[in-house]
Amino acid sequence: MPGLKLKFDEKLCATCPTYDCLVRCQYMDIDKDTAKAEMEKMIKGGDSFVLQQCVTCYACEEYCKRGNHPFYLITDLQEKKGILPIPKPLVTQWINIGVPGRRDIQQFWGATEPAISLCLFPEYVDSIQGKLFEDVSIILGRYFFCQLAYLHFGKPSLIRERLPGIIENIAKHDFKEVICFHDECYSTFTSYAPAYGIEVPFKPIHLFEYLYNKLREHEDEIKPLNIKIAYQRNCSTRLAPKKEHFVDDIFSLIGAERVERKYDRENALCCAGIIRGLQKYDLFVDVQKRNVEDMVNVGAEYCVFNCPACFSSLSEAVAKKGIKSIMMHDLCKLALGEKPAGWK
Amino acid sequence: MEVTSMDNIYKSLAEIVGEEYVSNRKEELYIYSQDPGMMEPHEPDYVVMPKTTEEVQKIVKLANEEKIPIVPVGGSLSLSGLVIPHRGGITLDLKRMDRVLEVNEKSRYVILEAGVTTGKLKAYLERRHPNLRFSIPDAPPSATVAGNIVIHGQGRLTQQYGFNSDMVTGLEVVLPTGEVCKIGSCSVSPYWFSRAPLPDLAGFFLGWFGTTGIITKLGLRLYPKKKMRDAEVFVVEDPNLVPDIIYRLTHTEMTEDIVVAAQPYPLLYKDIIMILIYITGDSDEEVEFKRRMVWDALRTYIDSKEGGFSMLPPDMKQVLLKMPSSDTTRFADVMKGGGFEYCGPIIPVEKFPEAYKKLLELTSKYGITYGMTGRVIGRSHCMMFAFGYPFNRADPDNIERTKKALHDSNIASLDIGGVPWKPEVPAQKMVMERMDKNTLELMKRIKKLLDPNGIMNPGNWEAE
Repeated sequence: MPGLKLKFDEKLCATCPTYDCLVRCQYMDIDKDTAKAEMEKMIKGGDSFVLQQCVTCYACEEYCKRGNHPFYLITDLQEKKGILPIPKPLVTQWINIGVPGRRDIQQFWGATEPAISLCLFPEYVDSIQGKLFEDVSIILGRYFFCQLAYLHFGKPSLIRERLPGIIENIAKHDFKEVICFHDECYSTFTSYAPAYGIEVPFKPIHLFEYLYNKLREHEDEIKPLNIKIAYQRNCSTRLAPKKEHFVDDIFSLIGAERVERKYDRENALCCAGIIRGLQKYDLFVDVQKRNVEDMVNVGAEYCVFNCPACFSSLSEAVAKKGIKSIMMHDLCKLALGEKPAGWK
Repeated sequence: MEVTSMDNIYKSLAEIVGEEYVSNRKEELYIYSQDPGMMEPHEPDYVVMPKTTEEVQKIVKLANEEKIPIVPVGGSLSLSGLVIPHRGGITLDLKRMDRVLEVNEKSRYVILEAGVTTGKLKAYLERRHPNLRFSIPDAPPSATVAGNIVIHGQGRLTQQYGFNSDMVTGLEVVLPTGEVCKIGSCSVSPYWFSRAPLPDLAGFFLGWFGTTGIITKLGLRLYPKKKMRDAEVFVVEDPNLVPDIIYRLTHTEMTEDIVVAAQPYPLLYKDIIMILIYITGDSDEEVEFKRRMVWDALRTYIDSKEGGFSMLPPDMKQVLLKMPSSDTTRFADVMKGGGFEYCGPIIPVEKFPEAYKKLLELTSKYGITYGMTGRVIGRSHCMMFAFGYPFNRADPDNIERTKKALHDSNIASLDIGGVPWKPEVPAQKMVMERMDKNTLELMKRIKKLLDPNGIMNPGNWEAE
């Protein structure tokens, strides 16, 4: 469905008092007047340096309090103008990554609710166990890959082309609700799909909401962790900020302190994995350095992730500073006295 | 051979090595009749496993007197049938000669017996000399160091120091007539530090596949082992860019190893060419400095969007950093049938695009799949380019098509100006047909001089 059109209200932008979408960008230095001028150009389909310099961190979607999808506008324009944020061979690789192969399963017969979609992260299958995931069915693979990653690669039309089929595959299971392991999936179904008028016939559940509710069921078994945590937001959390409170709610339940630091919440820095992919090596080094130093300065003992890609990108850098990396669901298991898969 | 004569030879071999280490049993002859490649099997008449140079000497003297073919064997992993006893005779398996005799830490060399495997040497150095390493090939760890040297193998340090055979500092060789000969500094000194400054006689044995004598010991250069090792993968679509990328990378002199790879499966790798770049260092700062040099060297291609560094997840990086690479053997069975063969000519680096296009043409022509691997040798001085073909041993048609592709790959290699590496017998003939006539005559004279009865690994490097 490449023809699907973005629901974007030009008038909302024209009356915006802040232009925070660009003014607050952490990777481009843009004042309000410039932001207004560049947005106007882009709304008219014109050229803008923003299209070339955007690091695709998604944050402008969150900074726009009017829900007007500036980031989706940017990515659509990048594609229209043939601006590739990353080199062409890497785009080719990513396009191929999403094509189902012989080993991909199209339908998980017998899967029942509650069901969790692991998207393209089969390496986490073994971690979906224990009290938090009792009787949970898993669906995963390329037939369930939410496709949102193509926002990074100047190929958003591929999302619109493939997403309806993915939604159909999930819908075939007749699930009323689907837990999204990665909030990239959650954001696809709750932000991107509606922005382009794509219907989602099931209710996506954010992993953190699910974890919080399960922890509540086992509240009397929780042993407070008494640890200081730096939470690493990932790009797609910018598309679902309303679920952000579950991070605090979970930490409060399990006795973990989310340390106050400079680069958290709306000011969070990207894990920088995609910045490296954009071949901006100096910026990659700078962003990771600032981010990790910020964690160290406030005495964080753990760095907690929702996104496996952020985990991959940042875990080595934080480990070198003595900070342990852990996925949120594994952290919750620790609070219940369970060992995450692979821990010794 | 008459039965009585065979009985006598069996008894003579048993007297030399002991009953336990000689065999003419069918099941053991079967094992030594083949290698994992595509050459037709042929059984030896005996298999013998000596323990010492003296035993090798006695066996060779016996073979020479009786004019029996003799084939020295290491790990049998050349894939090109170089140790298949095409004319029967004695297969001399060197695996019992597996001692690491000396490591000279300060002069950075090791003296080995010929049956020491790459796996054993790696483990030995890691345990006892953690600051030293050798150029480990991407062969299974059961490959022997000497076997790899004899075929002019390459390894992880080849981009820095050349072919693994260039790293040989000395040899002990049993000549086909039974004399034991030392080559290099060890012929005049107790130290095995170098082949120079003497006349370099190692050339009579390296690359000859055991047709001129049996290497029983060798000295090999060791190199500093840095504490840290990392990998980057630069990806392009256009094969024409690869030679310049290699040129730029080697100009930095910052890389440990450079490998070029392409394969259609899984889809992640379809339509792209990967240049695997390895960096080492003793500190984060050293690695980071080298990484930046590497990135800067390729900035032109990044800016033009024609190439870029992959976002490598840690698990993929771990696979890349394995020594030897486990990917090679995993890909080898992509057709599920246990067959893998490649033609790996040494080619000028600028001929990469031609070789790559030929590979795609041949796989399309014969309806087979491929795995291309290339290793840069020296500072872009040349490269090995593997036309690699996995095949299903249970599918005769697939085997036949693969054989044709290999044959055509050998011709293509020569046509573009390359030279087949460790060629099987038919490819050796192709090479010799194109060889300068005087050079070929020189090879014949050397062979005749060293092996007057033609007993050594007959069939190989045999000029008409």
